[in-house]
Amino acid sequence: MKKFWIVALAALAPLYAENIVIQNATIMTVTKGTLQGSVVIKDGKITEVGEKVMMPQNATVIDAGGQYVIPGIIDCHSHIAVDGNVNEGSVSVSSMVDIKDVINPEDISIYRALAGGVTTANILHGSANPIGGQTIVLKMRWGRDAQSMIFEGAMPGIKFALGENPKRPGNPQGGRGATQTAPARYPATRMGVEDTIREAFNEAKAYKAQWDEYDAKVAHGEHPLPPRKDLKLEPLKEVLEGKRYVHAHCYREDEILMLLRVADDYGFKIRTLQHVLEGYKVAKEIAAAGTGASTFSDWWAFKIEAYDAIPFNAAIMQKKGVVVSLNSDDAELMRHLNTEAGKAMKYGGLSETDALAMVTINPAKQLGIESRVGSIEAGKDADLVIYDRYPLSDFAKVQKVLIDGRLYFDRDSDVSGRPAKALEKQKLIDKEKQSQPRPAGGRRPVG
Amino acid sequence: MGKLVPALLLVCVGAIAENPRTLAIRNAKIVTVSGPVINKGTVVVRNGLIEAVGENVAVPAGAWTIDGEGMTVYPGLIDSMSTVGIPSLSAPAAGAGRGGRGQTAAAPATTPAPATTAAPVTPAKGPEDRPANTSWVLAADEIEPSDRRIESVRSAGFTTTVTFPAHGIFGGQGSVIDLVAAERAGAMVVVPAVGQYLAVSRGGGGFGGFGAGFPNALMGYIAYIRQIYLDAEHYKLLKEAYARDPRGMERPQYDRALEGVLGSKRILLPANRVVEMDRMLRFAAELKQPVILYGMREAYRPEAAPLLKKYGSPVLVSMHWSEPPRDPDPEADRTMRSLENIDLGPSAPALLQKAGVPFALYSDGMDQPRDLQRAVKKAIDAGLARQDAIRALTLTPAEIYGVADRMGSIEAGKIANLVVTKGDLFDDHTQIEMIFVDGKQYKPAAEPPAGGGRGATEEPGVNQ
Repeated sequence: MKKFWIVALAALAPLYAENIVIQNATIMTVTKGTLQGSVVIKDGKITEVGEKVMMPQNATVIDAGGQYVIPGIIDCHSHIAVDGNVNEGSVSVSSMVDIKDVINPEDISIYRALAGGVTTANILHGSANPIGGQTIVLKMRWGRDAQSMIFEGAMPGIKFALGENPKRPGNPQGGRGATQTAPARYPATRMGVEDTIREAFNEAKAYKAQWDEYDAKVAHGEHPLPPRKDLKLEPLKEVLEGKRYVHAHCYREDEILMLLRVADDYGFKIRTLQHVLEGYKVAKEIAAAGTGASTFSDWWAFKIEAYDAIPFNAAIMQKKGVVVSLNSDDAELMRHLNTEAGKAMKYGGLSETDALAMVTINPAKQLGIESRVGSIEAGKDADLVIYDRYPLSDFAKVQKVLIDGRLYFDRDSDVSGRPAKALEKQKLIDKEKQSQPRPAGGRRPVG
Repeated sequence: MGKLVPALLLVCVGAIAENPRTLAIRNAKIVTVSGPVINKGTVVVRNGLIEAVGENVAVPAGAWTIDGEGMTVYPGLIDSMSTVGIPSLSAPAAGAGRGGRGQTAAAPATTPAPATTAAPVTPAKGPEDRPANTSWVLAADEIEPSDRRIESVRSAGFTTTVTFPAHGIFGGQGSVIDLVAAERAGAMVVVPAVGQYLAVSRGGGGFGGFGAGFPNALMGYIAYIRQIYLDAEHYKLLKEAYARDPRGMERPQYDRALEGVLGSKRILLPANRVVEMDRMLRFAAELKQPVILYGMREAYRPEAAPLLKKYGSPVLVSMHWSEPPRDPDPEADRTMRSLENIDLGPSAPALLQKAGVPFALYSDGMDQPRDLQRAVKKAIDAGLARQDAIRALTLTPAEIYGVADRMGSIEAGKIANLVVTKGDLFDDHTQIEMIFVDGKQYKPAAEPPAGGGRGATEEPGVNQ
């Protein structure tokens, strides 16, 4: 199958590394309004946006007459492109594990996300642990290797989780995924979740003190033996030093406030609250903490702690000053985040720009990458999506997706390439059948 | 002299069992592997070593002489990754409790664990508990000459296995084993420690895996291995400091898991998919360990050879080629990749050869001569030149493990591991006439009943 993408992309090779102009489009820049005009791309960057632009020499022109261009969609919460289990659920604190180690650049969900206009995603560890694994921001550079997918320079993160998921393995009755033979794991209550996080940071503080002392000695020209490097505590030390973002899975108002207090006690910030379905109840406190909120538009009631959700959550938090994004947490939902944004217009009356911001510039801010992506402005990465019609609509279809000025999805070549792909596959199936003659009689035994 | 040979042969027939100290194979075609093929020549063996080889080599007086007319002599084949010699790791036994397949189990309770490990009662809570770690074990110490697979594999022309204690995550070190019938295992060991066997699991997949011991996700396995190597480096530092001056210094705690790692000169990491090759090559570089990758199911893909070439690490290619599912669900949508694995998998050795990637072939759980023969034939049919197939089963594995100074080709001074055939090795109708291991002669066993003893892994190095 890969061969076909290579062939398909090779056919579009003239679009690489060349100057590109997308013209006659309705351009929704998100940060600089909506206009009719052109976007100029040079060396992977947007160099000009406007009604009238300077046409560079030798530019490849994409005529997007009647079509819409938006910034590449950013999903702040995804689990695609992960090899193996997304949870290291064996321990309450699994900060030693890192999504970066298990990126699967051949996960077809990447291509499908692209086809839904997503160009960047925050890939998170699961929610089995109060403190989970390290996270990574990826660009959906389909066809490239694992390292090439990593969003260069994006701050790494770590997943925290509160409530039912991390305490479920502590329930001796077991829950989703728990096996009969697996012994109960601490914690089994919300109190225990808080305690686990506090204990981990007590350890991390002591660990940091050890290293600070060592570093100070080295700085004085001494040659002390270094402390043991602990992969569980290293990322927590980075959190304390402000070098790693915390993305915390949560639902209920009480646990949201709990976590903000814990972070305050230990002197670190929660970068984003994820899901945060009761965020509307404590939006002022979230805004005051400088914490972002990444929520669902209207997905709820899948468990007790997700019952008190309302579709106005995103809009209310936004109006209280919280930077809000809408995420997918799901490989399928990821393919139509544009309509998720549209729902924020219906519920809560957000403007078109504010709604679109929730899947573009806002998640970019939450991930600390807003200087590179999230809007259509000169100087930013040419991560762009072309829709055939108004994008905040169920009827809009993604036509082309560019990342760094390279075409990674093209609807026309995808559709026209399908028969050839099906044929190649059928050939292999036929070849296999021929090499494996049915046993004599050719009929399966009955019973 | 020529007339004497048949007579001598007659005289010597009765002496086969006694294994004369000097023997010569005359008038045979000799595939030396390290040099050109000798169309008609002589190999002289004395005291288990090759004394001389060539077109005009004199047969020493008193040597037991075999007339090799119409026969071909090859170096003994080397299985570059095996568990032969450790009966508890024979595939059917290991697979028995685990859905019928899978060579090992990460969960110590179901692992045929070596006597040195006690099954832990509580699940591991982190790398500090050293889960599924027997890094200090040497295969040589677990070899049992009674393993029935020794004769079976030898009958296929294998005189040597690189046998690994393939259990857990850090299994221990592999050993180069000569498949002689010995009373004591020590007589079989050529090199006791050639590298640390590492295995990983992808975990249950999806969102499962709550509450069992650490590690249970692929990323947990990787984090664990990384921590072990960081710990080993630190441990070494403390030990050296303590050795210099123990006064006033807290003594470093003895850690056998780290001792085993520090005593290993290379690591073996599993990689079947191209994604895994990329991941594991990077990982080994990060760990600063010389690495041999094993598995290589997708090595036929165009991305594979350049990637492997870039790192220059040798690879072991499993001959357990992907096969169509038995009794497949006609409704099931099979992926293009799985179809290509079946169609193109056996072409990987030819492509690696062309690209200049050093590779050896390994049995991956197959121990029946017929299966092994067919598996090599598949690679030849898919484009691998016969002499390259032979090299990937003789001199290349010897080079990969650093034992090419003593085996892997027919050269004076090397161990007398030889296979004598009528016809070309790996041809359908070729008969193996005799096998010499350490200069001792063996006849191939009568073909065992079909269908027995085959139990390769679905995913080499991946605990199911």
